[in-house]
Amino acid sequence: MNLALKDIRHNLGRFVLTTIGVGMLLMVVMGMAGIYRGVVEDATLLIDRIGTDLWVVQHDTRGPFAEVSRVPASLVHRVRAVPGVRDSREFVYHTIQRERDGKPFRMAVLGLSWPSDKGDWVPLIAGRPLAQNHFEMIADVSLGVRLDERLSFGKETYRVVGITRNMISSGGDGIAFFTVVDAEAIQFDSSGEAVRLERAARKGRGERSEIGTKLPSLVEQAAKPSGELPAIARPQISAVMVQVAPGTSVEQVAATISGWSDVSVHTRSEQAEFLLKGSVDKARRQLGLFRVLLTLIAAIIMALILYTLTLEKIHSIALLQLIGARKPVILGLILQQALMLGFGGYAIAYLLGQRLFPLFPRRVIVTGDDLLQLAVIVLAISFASSVLGIWKALLVKPNEALS
Amino acid sequence: MNESPAIEAIDLTKVYGSGNTEVVAMRNASMTVRRGEVVALLGPSGSGKSTFLTAVGLINPPTSGRIRIGGHQVLDGPLAQANLTAFRRQHVGFVFQKSNLIPFLNARENVQIALELNDSSPRAARQRALELLEELGVRDRSENLPSMLSGGQQQRVALARALANQPSILLADEPTAALDSGNGRQVMELFARLAHEHGTGVIVVTHDQRALSVFDTIYEMEDGILNLQPKEAVV
Ligand SMILES: Nc1ncnc2c1ncn2[C@@H]1O[C@H](COP(=O)(O)OP(=O)(O)OP(=O)(O)O)[C@@H](O)[C@H]1O
Ligand SMILES: [Mg+2]
Repeated sequence: MNLALKDIRHNLGRFVLTTIGVGMLLMVVMGMAGIYRGVVEDATLLIDRIGTDLWVVQHDTRGPFAEVSRVPASLVHRVRAVPGVRDSREFVYHTIQRERDGKPFRMAVLGLSWPSDKGDWVPLIAGRPLAQNHFEMIADVSLGVRLDERLSFGKETYRVVGITRNMISSGGDGIAFFTVVDAEAIQFDSSGEAVRLERAARKGRGERSEIGTKLPSLVEQAAKPSGELPAIARPQISAVMVQVAPGTSVEQVAATISGWSDVSVHTRSEQAEFLLKGSVDKARRQLGLFRVLLTLIAAIIMALILYTLTLEKIHSIALLQLIGARKPVILGLILQQALMLGFGGYAIAYLLGQRLFPLFPRRVIVTGDDLLQLAVIVLAISFASSVLGIWKALLVKPNEALS
Repeated sequence: MNESPAIEAIDLTKVYGSGNTEVVAMRNASMTVRRGEVVALLGPSGSGKSTFLTAVGLINPPTSGRIRIGGHQVLDGPLAQANLTAFRRQHVGFVFQKSNLIPFLNARENVQIALELNDSSPRAARQRALELLEELGVRDRSENLPSMLSGGQQQRVALARALANQPSILLADEPTAALDSGNGRQVMELFARLAHEHGTGVIVVTHDQRALSVFDTIYEMEDGILNLQPKEAVV
């Protein structure tokens, strides 16, 4: 006869409620591990999908995902000239926050170097890749846009032609793909007045300088649009992506480029690692701390309920001892209840999580390893939380049954 | 059947506390109970009846004295048999005034658990528990929790449990105190009948003067001293 079960049957309501409470706590613990996995998965997924061999970035920076990197657009051509490089493309990446329907609308903008890259590698769940070099975009489903929807950024309107899933920046924002030119137009969009003021300022600087007085035609030039001025560089890009030719070692190409003192070069795996060690690592530690706290709370709640259940059973425990129950029987009674509470909660956490996690704003990935780890944790807190009750029960003497 | 006495208690003394707070609750108490013999233990409140009963029941060992149960020497002054719990489980049954039953187990389970703790298989224990409840006339309440049983029914179930492992000695401390006199007498008669049938020695502490005729032997305790009473004088 299982005494633990019989006692629970007697205190069913309280036991079930506690189990549900513990289950919800464990669900959050489970969810936090899942959120971390989701962040890692999102981060590595993007880098893996882009699938480039090398990233050439601003000197001493950790690449476009970890921090701001600025390199001149001409770097693309320099890199392409390196022996062993099959292809090099410009990479433009930044996050914008605009307003849409009165709500903040955050989006990571990724530029595709038209025409060599139309976004054919982007896994679409609907629509098609880009088909023209302007005014088209591929957007992640998490941005909440529909196919063929038109969105305005800056002075232009862009049509959604393709939809992706799970293309998320490390900050958790959905990614939208544009051509590089469009991406830059969105990033550097400034009002007509700002442009006019900038031109006037340029002209003013020219007039005050010695060179301006000697060459008045130069001052004239300074007032023209930036694009027409040879002295003003094209907008900078975030990084250059390098595809190494088959048969050439990636390390060799990286070694050549790393000899240049104005840029740094990172392999794909380094790039992923920067991301994980940087912002993602902080998220991991934060989530980790919460997990520890919630696990402790779950353990304390379990200890409390097991202790009260034991207190209420003191007389029964004394009676059991009187009719000859050995210590292990009493111990087993409390321990089994602890385990039922723990694993009942675990089951509830799992079932509830299955339903709730898909509704979370960020991806929650519950892996088998994490489930196993949590099971071990639950086992540990079940034992730990029963200590108090067991201690109390072992102090009971059989003659207490008389009173 | 083993013909040694159910219990022999020799010169039991119990001292509670020490120094100023020392109380001698029982002094040189001796008693022998044969198998099948039913003994009443009378005496005023605070005279040491419960002390004697718990001492011979090995839950509150005496300060000095010797105890033999079913022919086994279990206690000789400070020397106790190594595993009193196991011995108690096999040889001693208890019934108290009230709250004898585990509240989260039904009547059958309360009897069954005593058998299972003594290594019966659950199936055999269940069968035997039902037989005992039948014998005590509470079989129809076997699936009820103690809280749903009357006082008399609870005591019958407690008695069934105490007898489950066929103990050498059955110890009862005011088992009928919480019952009305009619019910009390019935339960007392049950004790006597079962003791005779099962060959179990029984010691019952009681205040109930009216039920004394069912007992074979009567002892009286006064200020920790135990005396045999001639039955004719009391009844
Ligand atoms: N744990 C204890 N510590 C100290 N003194 C005790 C203890 N238990 C009992 N006594 C004392 O021992 C004496 C005998 O008590 P006992 O309980 O045996 O009496 P009793 O005959 O069963 O009385 P009642 O009829 O009221 O149940 C009393 O004076 C009591 O105060
Ligand atoms: Mg008493």
